[in-house]
Amino acid sequence: MRLEFTDEEQAFREEVRSFLRDQLSPEISAKVLAGYELGREDHLEWQRRLHRRGWGAMGWPVEFGGPGWNSVQQYIFEEESALAGGPRLIPFGTKMVAPVIMAFGNVAQQQRFLPKISAGEEWWCQGYSEPGAGSDLASLKTRAVREGDHYVVNGQKTWNTLGQFADWIFCLVRTDSQAKQQSGITFLLIDMKTPGITVRPIMLMDGGHEVNEIWFENVRVPVENRIGEENRGWTYAKFLLGHERTNIAGIGIAKRELARLKHIAASERQNGRPLIEDPLFAAQIAQIEIDLWALEITNLRVLSAERKSPAAGPEASILKVRGTEIHQAISETLMRAVGPYALPFRREAMEAGWQFDPTRESPGPRYASTLAASYFNQRKLSIFGGTNEIQKNIIAKMIGL
Amino acid sequence: MNFEFSDEQRQLHDVVERYLNEQYPFDRYKSIKNTAAGWDASVWRGLAELGVPAITVPVEQGGLGFGPLETLAMMGECGRSLLLEPVLFSAVIGTALLRAFADSEPAAELLAGLASGEKIAVPAHFESGARNDSQWVGTTARRVGALYELDGHKAVVMHAGAADTLLVSARTSGEPGDAKGVSLFLVPRAAPGVVLDEYPTVDGRRAADVYFKGVEVPAENRLGPEGDALRAIEAALDIGLAALCADAVGVMQAMLDATVEYVRQRQQFGQPIGRFQVLQHRIADMLIHLEQARSMSYLAALRCTHEDSLERRRALSAAKVVIGQAARFIGQQAVQLHGGMGMTDELQVSHWFKRLTAAQLMFGDSDTHLQRFAALKRA
Repeated sequence: MRLEFTDEEQAFREEVRSFLRDQLSPEISAKVLAGYELGREDHLEWQRRLHRRGWGAMGWPVEFGGPGWNSVQQYIFEEESALAGGPRLIPFGTKMVAPVIMAFGNVAQQQRFLPKISAGEEWWCQGYSEPGAGSDLASLKTRAVREGDHYVVNGQKTWNTLGQFADWIFCLVRTDSQAKQQSGITFLLIDMKTPGITVRPIMLMDGGHEVNEIWFENVRVPVENRIGEENRGWTYAKFLLGHERTNIAGIGIAKRELARLKHIAASERQNGRPLIEDPLFAAQIAQIEIDLWALEITNLRVLSAERKSPAAGPEASILKVRGTEIHQAISETLMRAVGPYALPFRREAMEAGWQFDPTRESPGPRYASTLAASYFNQRKLSIFGGTNEIQKNIIAKMIGL
Repeated sequence: MNFEFSDEQRQLHDVVERYLNEQYPFDRYKSIKNTAAGWDASVWRGLAELGVPAITVPVEQGGLGFGPLETLAMMGECGRSLLLEPVLFSAVIGTALLRAFADSEPAAELLAGLASGEKIAVPAHFESGARNDSQWVGTTARRVGALYELDGHKAVVMHAGAADTLLVSARTSGEPGDAKGVSLFLVPRAAPGVVLDEYPTVDGRRAADVYFKGVEVPAENRLGPEGDALRAIEAALDIGLAALCADAVGVMQAMLDATVEYVRQRQQFGQPIGRFQVLQHRIADMLIHLEQARSMSYLAALRCTHEDSLERRRALSAAKVVIGQAARFIGQQAVQLHGGMGMTDELQVSHWFKRLTAAQLMFGDSDTHLQRFAALKRA
């Protein structure tokens, strides 16, 4: 048992750092570190730079163009990237649909789709949730009816993240309404430019446009865009949800945000002293830091065990629940740290970007302008990706209840 | 980065587990707890035959020369079995303290006695009114020719009655609260002037408030240079804190297992109560707490002998915060989910609950360590 990474892992970390120094632009990292939103081009440009370095598909096996990293290397990359202010990796292509295409797609699909995902040429989004199918995903109703060489899709998907940027969507659709719920679902890849698709923004309480409703009206999808067999989609969907979940705690991002919290708490003043010296506030920060430390070690334990065999127990659910709780605690404490200057809520100040345009400034300290919005936004963490309540159902099942 | 136990550590765990399963079932614990002494010399001999008290004694003194990771590997079993014998306070802390002075003859001799299981030595350090402030030493040692004369009062000295030797901190100069001026003495428990006010603790172990009234010990019983023992005492307590964390994690695992088993069997409203989601989520929360606590028990073991004292204290305080909070949650919820049965003396769960309660109170509770951690950050 030892805490320190191996020499090879340390060398790899240095390699990642040097890549980040060379390739991460100050404009992008300034936006990320200040909590501003990134645009489509910001993300795709980052993906292209990763791709040029051979790291565009970091979790993929070598035969599909991945760099052959193990989960420890991926963890190190994500940690270093987060600390440096690298854009969070949009998971829908590389981490979600790509593993499904590799495991269950045919060779033609693999050749058609995988290279463009890795190269940042095509943006993917997810078509899972529906208005009536959230935690109970298998009750989904979007229908696909076979007509010759096509499926004709009708229905509505929701909570679609960044679909406004997407070129492709992977969808779960019902192809057999007589069968048992899970047995009548098919996994389709759909070109977002197909006639009949309408993307409508859902405005969230932080004022941002992050998610959408997507309507499908007689959308014709070639049969060749079906993954695997008809009515076997639930198996593929579960595979996708269970894939690469040992980095979901977001330790690197939490460390970065904790450092930001300390910085802000040291800049703010209370009763003439830095806020960070207030005993109650200091204790709250210390509690978060300690909880994060414990979760980091739990995450490393999972990675360490995964060197022998993939995690098959409740590990991913534990990481998800605890990780999201900690992220939410940090965002809430960040907001409280600036007190009344968390109140001004000017959308343009949140979008100000890295160029300090005084006409778009909020009153109060510059760092305060995004904190309330970020607190609002982060409430999503315990809801998406399987609510924390669903995660606890999973944990209970895993321990024999 | 690797969190696997070595083969040797796993074997050590297995040997202790097997012994305790066979020799220390719940009934045995209960009967030993109700004896006058509150511990069993034959159990101690049995553990000594396995090498348990020798684990961290240096090879030169007949020990196995192992460290905190081997201690971690076996400690959880001591917690799970509710072991009353002084593994933590003599085999871990007493030994760690003596190890710092192993080049002195009396300490080396005592270490050999500890390794063989013939002797028991426990620290007598904390004092009344000082809670867990390790610098607050008011007991005095006055040099009189070739002797020291000790006067003072040590609070809640665990296993004082079972010990042959007390490892007593006493001030040879300065005031309570000073880091300098604390010396360490080997004091035979039977020495004239040593008075024990003995009592059981909440978890069934034995402790005593110990009074020293003009106790005379030869000058060679002072370990190390005069006035310079505090660092060694704190280092030994840090090693003990890590071992306490591992003991508590063993208890928490046992309580979670017992609770899962209970809610699967207990029928109400025509079904096992484990089918109710409110209880399922409570148990999921218990598991989440347990795994964070286990992680921190590993961190504590990995860092408790770290040469960088800031890093060491940060890790140990963080560990005690997490383990204290987990112990409180898991302990209270295990009793709750056992319903009325959880309240009874009959079931093991109430005994584990009390051992976890003791673990929370020993060496500073979660709030104490949270404050200490926050202060370390600012330093």
